[in-house]
Amino acid sequence: MSLYELLRGPLLWVAFGVFFGGMALRVVLFFQLSMQKDKPIYRFFSWKWLWLSIFHWVIPLNETAKKNPVVTLVGFVFHICLIVTPLFLVAHGVLWYESWEISWWSLPESVTDYMTLIAIGSGLFFGIRRMVSPHVRIVTTAADYLLLVVTLAPFVTGYLAYHQYFDYQTIILLHMFFGELMLVVIPFTKLSHFLMFFFSRAVTGMEFGRRNAPSW
Amino acid sequence: MGDKAANFNPDVFKKTAEEKSNARLKMWLEICAHCGLCADTCHFYLANERDPKMMPAYKAKKVLETINKKNKFDEDRLDDFYETIYGECTMCRRCTMFCPFGIDVASIISMARSLSASQGKVPKELLKAVEGHLESGNQMSITEEEWVDTLEWMEEELQEELPGATIPIDKKGADFLYVVNAREPKFYPMDISQAAMVFYLAGADWTMSRKGWDVTNLAMFMGDIAGATKIAKMVRDAAEELEVKRVVVTECGHALRSLQFESPIWLGRDHQFEVVHSVSLFAEYLREGRIKLDKSVFANERCTYQDPCNVSRNGGCAQDGREIVKYLCEDFVEMEPHGEYNYCCGGGGGFIPMAGAFKERRLKSGKVKAEQIKATGATICITPCHNCYDQLRDLSKEYELGIKVLSFKEMFEEALIIPEELKAKEDDEDEE
Ligand code: SF4
Ligand code: SF4
Ligand code: SF4
Repeated sequence: MSLYELLRGPLLWVAFGVFFGGMALRVVLFFQLSMQKDKPIYRFFSWKWLWLSIFHWVIPLNETAKKNPVVTLVGFVFHICLIVTPLFLVAHGVLWYESWEISWWSLPESVTDYMTLIAIGSGLFFGIRRMVSPHVRIVTTAADYLLLVVTLAPFVTGYLAYHQYFDYQTIILLHMFFGELMLVVIPFTKLSHFLMFFFSRAVTGMEFGRRNAPSW
Repeated sequence: MGDKAANFNPDVFKKTAEEKSNARLKMWLEICAHCGLCADTCHFYLANERDPKMMPAYKAKKVLETINKKNKFDEDRLDDFYETIYGECTMCRRCTMFCPFGIDVASIISMARSLSASQGKVPKELLKAVEGHLESGNQMSITEEEWVDTLEWMEEELQEELPGATIPIDKKGADFLYVVNAREPKFYPMDISQAAMVFYLAGADWTMSRKGWDVTNLAMFMGDIAGATKIAKMVRDAAEELEVKRVVVTECGHALRSLQFESPIWLGRDHQFEVVHSVSLFAEYLREGRIKLDKSVFANERCTYQDPCNVSRNGGCAQDGREIVKYLCEDFVEMEPHGEYNYCCGGGGGFIPMAGAFKERRLKSGKVKAEQIKATGATICITPCHNCYDQLRDLSKEYELGIKVLSFKEMFEEALIIPEELKAKEDDEDEE
């Protein structure tokens, strides 16, 4: 089996398996532990405050956004590009179809090309911000930099592959490798916030809500 | 016990850490993006020249590291940890409102205080007050006799002005039980007669209690949940025995937070009564026209309102305070930010009773509040919280604010319109 086939086949399965399995486990563990030790969540459960709390942060309708317009803007753009680009990329669409005969709508290539650049640029912005702002630097760990690299690597290699810079064969292998690496680390690192964000916002929203106070 | 750690006991530490690590704390410590957006939401950070070590997530991170290294944790690290969790956070929860994930640094700090307490390392003043509270039923160790004497004395004082007014004790089935901060009988007994005056004029059906009358709960600030539970239970028992519909909490912030929102969790069930803060009750009386205020009394003053974190952000009464102000002040200026978004005055989280070694840091962290007040140009700062009250008085001295700090009750005493027929006949007095 060639390296390409390995990355395209079994390792991709492993990556998806770890990603979905890991996240499912995170959720199960959260419920399991919280039912024992976080009873107030269930006792004061409120759909209203859960949704309000999520809503005000999924779109930037909060004081933090007003106070930090630049970070908020770059942050939103970064996250949107991060999620939308890989899901709606034409080249990925072809692969989805090849593998499972599923297909959905995809974005024009010129758009995803820009989005890739924007993802990289905004990622760099956050990396530089980490280094230069004392209040961010002090909470930064090596893992934060590594995770930024892991997050950006698929985009950088994807960009290089699309434009066929350097040796395409090598780049595409790297691209697949980094993409799979990212999926694998998500459940075990702060990147899990892509899902836990909703849980966290829900519990805090309800805790403030039962005091009739906003959490945004 | 007290300030100094007894010998460090890693087993107890580990056990406590495991006990206290709930799903939320674990999740928060893991997903914190280290984005730094919480930094300038904390008054400690702002007042200490933006010292990065004062930013909320850093303080939380310290706790995380402690837990992760629980085996290598020793007395020196405990000392460092202690300075952070007691000297650099008032658990005001302001940062929580601004964190994209809503990470509650205050509850992380609170958990850390429990860890510290498991090693016997707590501020000795807090410990003393809590021990006294558990023993005597109030944090100032006032005896039942002294308490009843104080109430009777205040009743007499009140009757000189309002002959019909009373301070009922243990009246079963009253509409509400009024509970206070033990500082009131000890240092400010007039607070009690002022409240009684408001209730009398409003025609309230109320009572005080011989037992469980001190609604403060400093054990909460010590991370001593077992102690906090016992203290809260004293109030609950008193209220449920008297079969009152509501418990009205004096102008005190943490008392409201602990009785209304935390104690139902500690005690495992809802109270059989409603908990209401004084500001909400006063607002209700004014709205319903049951008491009337003469606005002209403070017409020459500019007023501002200090939202106690535990009344506004953590107590949900931000609007009630503002409603009262409308009946009371001609010239009212808000601080910016205010309401739920207020900055803590710097006196919270047990800082005021912790006194001693913490005073300097307390005054320093109050710089943010001092500047906010200065910007309003106010001459009176109203606050319905005993801790804020003390802190603001200290801040006024320290930062030369030249303000009068007043509670609502103090202002009411001057501004309440008393119907002629209720006033004492002046025949045996010839003042004026
Ligand atoms: S606590 Fe919240 S705001 Fe602060 S660094 Fe962590 S994620 Fe960012
Ligand atoms: S709870 Fe208040 S004092 Fe503590 S870190 Fe957050 S903002 Fe600062
Ligand atoms: S002292 Fe006042 S402002 Fe500060 S935490 Fe308490 S209630 Fe908040």
